[in-house]
Parts: sequence; structure tokens; C-alpha cells
Amino acid sequence: MCGTCGCDQTARTAQTVNDISRLSPPRTEQRRLQVEINLMAQNDHWAALNRKRLDKAQCLALNLMSSPGSGKTTLLEKTLQALPGSFPVAVIEGDQQTEQDAERIRAAGAPAVQINTGKGCHLEAQRVSQALDQLLPAAPHLLFIENVGNLVCPAGFDLGEQRRVLLLSVTEGDDKPLKYPDIFARADLVLFTKTDLLPYVDFNRDRCLEFARRIRPGLPALSVSATRGDGLTEWLEWLGQPG
Amino acid sequence: MHELSLMESLRDILEAEAVSQQFEAVQVVELTLGPFSHVEAEALRFCFDSVMRGSVAENAELRIQWQVAAAECPACGHRCSPQTRYDPCPACGAFGLRIESGDELMISHLEVTP
Ligand SMILES: Nc1nc2c(ncn2[C@@H]2O[C@H](COP(=O)(O)OP(=O)(O)OP(=O)(O)O)[C@@H](O)[C@H]2O)c(=O)[nH]1
Ligand SMILES: [Mg+2]
Ligand SMILES: [Zn+2]
Repeated sequence: MCGTCGCDQTARTAQTVNDISRLSPPRTEQRRLQVEINLMAQNDHWAALNRKRLDKAQCLALNLMSSPGSGKTTLLEKTLQALPGSFPVAVIEGDQQTEQDAERIRAAGAPAVQINTGKGCHLEAQRVSQALDQLLPAAPHLLFIENVGNLVCPAGFDLGEQRRVLLLSVTEGDDKPLKYPDIFARADLVLFTKTDLLPYVDFNRDRCLEFARRIRPGLPALSVSATRGDGLTEWLEWLGQPG
Repeated sequence: MHELSLMESLRDILEAEAVSQQFEAVQVVELTLGPFSHVEAEALRFCFDSVMRGSVAENAELRIQWQVAAAECPACGHRCSPQTRYDPCPACGAFGLRIESGDELMISHLEVTP
């Protein structure tokens, strides 16, 4: 029985220590244990396994992170259209609810697994591992993992990807690096999106990059307009896939 | 609210420790957090109480210790404890401090009863 509140919830634990209970100090004695356990250990463990599987499958995995609606799925649709039809690509879509983004990707011609996180505000490595079970048998060379739209939480969760791409649409404002530094700190590329809207908003690319590089010196940057097609060639080159 | 999933990991870890370290209940959980661990102490406390219900740490006390960050300036070699990820070097003003620690999310101590 649970020593704190009398519930029978710890019966299972109590049973497993039954053998040593006679040797243990009296019930009331409180022990202080020094431990050193990383709270992220479980996620990191799954992430390391994912990375190993991806490396073995020679599949380059990219974690796409941004606020909601910055244009991740639209960019993926255009990217899939621009890649040669025979090029094996797969997509994992993370959203709290709905299958809509995965359906958009399938309509654009690539296999996609939707992960619904419910209340969760980010993808975690264990769920990605389950999606890999479905996607890796088809031997994709490139895997896009579209994270849940959120500029905060995805930063802390390694998924086992090889590269992290941070999308920032020009309508979000050039001050975002300083407001959300954690997500910039581990990005491998910042991609300014919706550049067709630049005439209508006050977005200073240089200022934004200067802020981002205070956090991540030398952070590479590209600009795209998915709707107009601007910058797609450079993006495909960065992916190692000249279109 | 990724504090919720962190507290769920904590609960799973405590349940496993209860078996391996042979205790029945956790009275106190001490966490060491870095300033860049992107968690909110109040949100952690809020989730802690509800997630631990029915576990070995039901009604346990959560103590949080904040660690200071450590960084080195790539320009002048000065060592410091920045408050944010984009602080300039306090000695020479350069940006791009090499951050060595500050994102800790560790369980440091447990107080347990047999
Ligand atoms: N003007 C303009 N609009 C765009 C561009 N790319 C996407 N959009 C629009 O932005 C909105 C959101 O696009 P999505 O691609 O669904 O964004 P997302 O990042 O996948 O959104 P979530 O998955 O919900 O986080 C849609 O209305 C798109 O049509 C662009 O390059 N220019
Ligand atoms: Mg989307
Ligand atoms: Zn300096």
C-alpha cells in the first residue's frame, strides 16, 4: 500500500521489493538519493535509434519547424512537384488534429504518414519511429518531417533528423529570432517564406538575419515564395537535388 | 505545453527507479533546470501534481533549482553566464558566445521512503 496516502496504487512496486523488505530500514525513514537523470533521456534514446535507422537506409531526414501557417505544407507540395517523379521522397506530417496535410502531400504524389499529437505541441521521437516503420520499407532518399506549427516546443525534441530547417514567413515580423531564440539555436537553415508578400509588410531580412546570427553564428539563409516559385531552385540545391 | 510530456517522462522514470532503487514512495523530487531549458516552473508544477496522481510520487513535493549557464566568448576568450542565448560578451561586446551549458533538464535528487 502507498505509504503517503493509503491508496493501493503502489502495490505492484511493493511486490517487486517484497524480497528485500525485511532488510530495508523502517517505513518512516526517508532516504535522500542522488541521481543524475536527464528528463529528455527517453526521447533522446528514440532519436538516436531513428538517426541510426535513417543513416543505414541512406535517407536524409529534415525536420521542418515554424509557427502555424508559415507555409510548410505548401513548400513541400511545390518541392514534390519540382523533384523528378522517380525520386523517392517520404513525408511525416505532425499536427494536433486532422489528416489534411498528409492528404495534401499524397495528392502531390508522395507517401505520407500523419501523426496527430492531440494536446501535444510538438513531435516526439518515439512517434516518428512508428512512422518510420511505415515509410522506410519503400527506401526513400529524402524524408521531410513537418513538425507541429509552433516556434517554441519543437526546439527541445530531437527527432533523429540530420538537419533542421526553420521557416519564417515575412508576415511574422523580423524580431522573431530574439523572441524565440531556442528554436534558432539549433537550426541548420532559416528559410524566409512568402516573399511575394514583401511589398505589403515591413520585414527587414538583414535585420532578421543579424538577430538570428547572434544566436546561431553563420546560420545559412534562403528566401522562397512557394506560390510564385521564387527561390525554389536554391532550395532544391540546398537539399542536394538540383531540380 | 510540453511541460506535460516532460512530467509524463518524469513519472515513467520515477516508476522505473522505484523498482531499480527499491523504494515505495517518493516524497521529494528535485530538478535542476538551465535557463535555456525552455520550461516554465509554474507550468511544471501545475502538470506535476496531476500527472503524479496514482504514481509512486503522488503528493510528492517538487523542488526546482535553476542552474546558471556557462559560455565562452569566441573573440576574446572571456567566460561568462549569459541570461539569454543572444547576450553579447560582457567583456568585448562580441555576439556569438559559445554556450556550453544552460539547457539542463535533470532530476538531481529524490527523497524516498521504503
Ligand atoms: N502569399 C503566399 N501565401 C502562401 C505561401 N505559402 C503558403 N501560403 C499560404 O499560407 C497559408 C498556410 O500555408 P500552409 O502551407 O498550410 O502552412 P503550414 O506551415 O503547413 O501550416 P500548419 O501546418 O497549419 O502549421 C495558406 O493559405 C497558403 O496558401 C506563399 O509563398 N505566398
Ligand atoms: Mg502544414
Ligand atoms: Zn569577448
